[in-house]
Amino acid sequence: MVHFLAHGKNDNVAVAVVDVKSGEACECLNMESGERFTINAGMDIPLGHKIALRDFTPDDTIIKYDNDIGRVVAPIQKGRHVHVQNVKTKRW
Amino acid sequence: MKQYGFMGYRRENGAVGVRNHVLILPLDDISNTACEAVAHVIKGTLVVPHSYGRLQFGEDLELYWRIIIGAGRNPNVAAVVVIGIEPLWTEKVVQGIRETGKPAWGFSIERNGDLKTIEQASRKAMEYVQWASEIPKVECSMDELYVSIKCGESDTTSGLAANPTVGEAITKLVEMGATVSFGETSEITGAEHVVRARAATKEAGDEFYRVWSEYNDFINANKTSDLSDSQPTKGNIAGGLTTIEEKAFGNVQKIGKKVTYKGVLKPAEAPRGKGLWFMDTSSAAAEAVTLWMASGAAIHLFPTGQGNVIGNPITPVIKLSANPITCKTMSEHIDLDVSDILQGKMTLEQAGDALLGTIQRTAGGRLTAAEALGHVEFVITKLYRSA
Repeated sequence: MVHFLAHGKNDNVAVAVVDVKSGEACECLNMESGERFTINAGMDIPLGHKIALRDFTPDDTIIKYDNDIGRVVAPIQKGRHVHVQNVKTKRW
Repeated sequence: MKQYGFMGYRRENGAVGVRNHVLILPLDDISNTACEAVAHVIKGTLVVPHSYGRLQFGEDLELYWRIIIGAGRNPNVAAVVVIGIEPLWTEKVVQGIRETGKPAWGFSIERNGDLKTIEQASRKAMEYVQWASEIPKVECSMDELYVSIKCGESDTTSGLAANPTVGEAITKLVEMGATVSFGETSEITGAEHVVRARAATKEAGDEFYRVWSEYNDFINANKTSDLSDSQPTKGNIAGGLTTIEEKAFGNVQKIGKKVTYKGVLKPAEAPRGKGLWFMDTSSAAAEAVTLWMASGAAIHLFPTGQGNVIGNPITPVIKLSANPITCKTMSEHIDLDVSDILQGKMTLEQAGDALLGTIQRTAGGRLTAAEALGHVEFVITKLYRSA
């Protein structure tokens, strides 16, 4: 069973396609490269929400669809939830 | 390629419609009451009450004419009764609709009052309804369809599956020779370079970029925050979308991977030929779908993540979702469930073909979920204050 899907080869986040529980060993599929790998969820991540595929520090860039989708504003450890609490738009 | 014909209505000017409405169209806000009375008296008519039409001017007035006249010109409409407070603007709308060759008649309230107007307009509406009920359906093909696309209450499942499903379907529609339009100018922010590069010509790409920049400047001039309270919406954020850029890349999945757009349309402007067109629209669902309806779209495709429930009185709105929770908890709103894509149990190609099938059945007369539930959102885009 696939728990997370990533869009582009260079994406550093992936999207949960099921509700994921903290501590779960999850299968992640990169839809572009076809690569499969396992990642441990560091916290509960609901369906549709993003998981960090690596560690981030403030001012890092989140890549999804192989493109810049925003700026990191708080440290994020690999396996943890990436969302409005730690990422902001670079626009507006 | 599989052929997708359907039985539809070929109007006097050759445009193909999938519904056969007799429209009772208010010129202005104060004519709603008379129009609603006519629609109550004469069964089988459709009334579209709205909030504007007085003292508008300039570009806002030009847009208003395109929306009101465009509603009457839409090929899903067989005939139109227009009611306005005064005769001159009423007649302008009637003449604009008659250019298509379809029957249209106007009534004005000044010097008549509501009651006399309602009686006279009801007699005309009755004549139109009985006439329209005998219009035979004829064989039509998909290349005669004009389909618009816009997503709403998107979440990350929209970008993963529902929007790419629309992309698959419209790629095939354009290959068949159909007309398709996308837009949502503000919501392309973050992916504007992708859309600019997807134009068929440099002129079209430059025009898109000019229109997008103008919209973005307008937002920057009027914003009081980073817009994180409204764009992405609360529903978008609940569904996992974090920034406008992320939303934008999900949004543009709807145009597929290879179709190029021919040009840029003003809000509610009819496409100038077949193929894909960009329309300058707001991203608010009811406003945007009303603009496409007014530009002549016979069917609208609406992928949703968290479950936007929008419909339109004139143009059937087909909803699809890839969010399994939405498909389960709001099943009555979803015409096509593509959530199996997320677990690899359905390919995008299969989903795209399923959507083409849904389009074909809707074109042939099957009511959409929004039609069955009575969603008739008719919302006029207003650019600025009236005089």
